[in-house]
Amino acid sequence: MDLRSAIETGHAWLDDGVARVAAGPPAITRLFAAAGRHCGRAELAAAPGWTGDQAARALLLLALPTTDLPRYADELYRHGDPAEKLAVLKALPLLPIGAEAVPLLHDAIRTNDTRLVAAALGPYARHLDQAAWRQAVLKCVFMGVPLKVVDRLTDRADAELATMTAGLRDERAAAGRSFPDEALSLLEV
Amino acid sequence: MRIFDPHIHMTSRTTDDYQRMADAGVKAIVEPAFWLGQPRTSAGSFADYFDSLVGWEPFRAAQFGIRHHATIALNPKEANDPRCREALALVPRYLDKDSVVAVGEVGYDAMTPEEDEVFAAQMAMAVEFELPALVHTPHRDKARGVDRTLAVVKESGIALDRVVVDHLNEVTVGAVHDAGCWMGFSIYPDTKMSPDRMVEILRGHGLDRILVNSAADWGRSDPLLTLRTGEAMLAAGFTDDDVDKVLWRNPVEFYGQSGRLDLADPGEQDATFEGSSILRGGS
Ligand SMILES: [Zn+2]
Repeated sequence: MDLRSAIETGHAWLDDGVARVAAGPPAITRLFAAAGRHCGRAELAAAPGWTGDQAARALLLLALPTTDLPRYADELYRHGDPAEKLAVLKALPLLPIGAEAVPLLHDAIRTNDTRLVAAALGPYARHLDQAAWRQAVLKCVFMGVPLKVVDRLTDRADAELATMTAGLRDERAAAGRSFPDEALSLLEV
Repeated sequence: MRIFDPHIHMTSRTTDDYQRMADAGVKAIVEPAFWLGQPRTSAGSFADYFDSLVGWEPFRAAQFGIRHHATIALNPKEANDPRCREALALVPRYLDKDSVVAVGEVGYDAMTPEEDEVFAAQMAMAVEFELPALVHTPHRDKARGVDRTLAVVKESGIALDRVVVDHLNEVTVGAVHDAGCWMGFSIYPDTKMSPDRMVEILRGHGLDRILVNSAADWGRSDPLLTLRTGEAMLAAGFTDDDVDKVLWRNPVEFYGQSGRLDLADPGEQDATFEGSSILRGGS
C-alpha cells in the first residue's frame, strides 16, 4: 500500500517534512504534532483503515534514520495526544523496529481509551506475549470493542482464553447483563 | 439552546455533570489548565495533567457528545513555586497539539516578580504559536490587577482581539472593553458574578466580545450557570438569537482564531469504531 499517494491533502507540507526529518531527526517532534492540520483526519479512500494524519505520521517515522527510530517512536507516543499515540501504534508493523516498541503496547492496553486498546492488537501484537495478549483480548470483550480489531485472533485464541472468556460470560449471565455474541467464538477452542 | 462553555475545569467534575450538561444543551467546552487545589510538587505532575487535558478528558467528554478543547499554561499561583517552575518548559510541546486552542490560564494571582516573568514568557508563546490567550485576573486587588494585566498584554505585542481577560465584574469590565480585548465572565453560585448581574452587564456593554462561562471546578460552582444565564437573558427580553450569540457564536469566534476548533459532532467521530459503538464502560 502506497500511503503517500493515498493521502488526499498536504503533500507539499509532508514532502518537506519528510526531507527535514531525514536531515535532522529532532524536526519530527513539531511535524508529528501538526500532521492532522495539514494532511487531514478523515479516513483515506485509497487506504481503508488509515486516516490522513496516521498515514502522514507513519511516513514521518519512516523518514527517521533506523538508529533513531526506537527512541523517537517511544518519545512521540509518550508525549502524544491520543491521535498521535494511535498513529504510532498503527505505524509499528511498518517500522524496522523489531520488538523494541512492545512497552508501548502495554501502555496502550492499560488505558481506558478503547481506540488505543484496539490499536494495540493489530499485527504488531505478534510481539506481545500470550498472557498479555489474552488479557488484552478479554479487555476488548469487556469494553465492547469489536473483535475484528484483533489481528490473527483465530490463530492465537487458546484454551486459557476460552476459560477466561467463559468466566466473564458467567459473571455477565449472573448479573443479567448481555455478552457480545461474537465473543462466543472464543469459547470454541 | 446550544451552549459552548468557554472555561470549565472538567477534571474536577463527575460524569453526572457531563450528563447534566449534555441534557442542558452544552455541546462544546474549553478546559483551561489551572491549579488543582492541592499544590503540585514537580513538573512531572503538570505533564500528567496536561496529558489528561488533551487525552483522557476529551475522550470522557465525547461519550456525552461534548466536544472538548483545552488551553495550556503554567498557572500564576504555581509560577511562584520553584518546584513547579520547570513546567514552563513543557508548555510549548502541548501548544502544538490539535485540541489546544489557546495559551492559558496565564495572568496574575499575587502579582509577584515570578508571576510577571512567567506571564510575559507565556504571552510570547501565544504570539509564537499564533494562539489566542486566556488571561485569569486576580481575585484580590482585582481592579489594579486588571490594569497591570492589560499592560502586560499590550507589551507582548499580541493582537488585543486574540485575548480574553476573564473573571470580570461591574468594576473591571470597562477597562477591558476599552482595551479591545474579549471580556470573560465566570458565573458562580455566590461570588464573582450571578446570571442577573450578567444580564445587566450585557445591557450596558452589548453582546460583542463577551464570553460567559461557568468556570466550574473543585470549588462551589455549577456547570449549568451558562444555561441559567441564557434563561435570565430571555426573561429580560433578549432574543433567542442574542442568547445564541453569547453562549455559542462568541466562543466559536474567539477560539476559532486558533484555527484548531473542531466542532464536528464527537458522536459521529469517536463514538463508533468501524461502525460499532465502543463507548461503553471501562475496566
Ligand atoms: Zn479557571
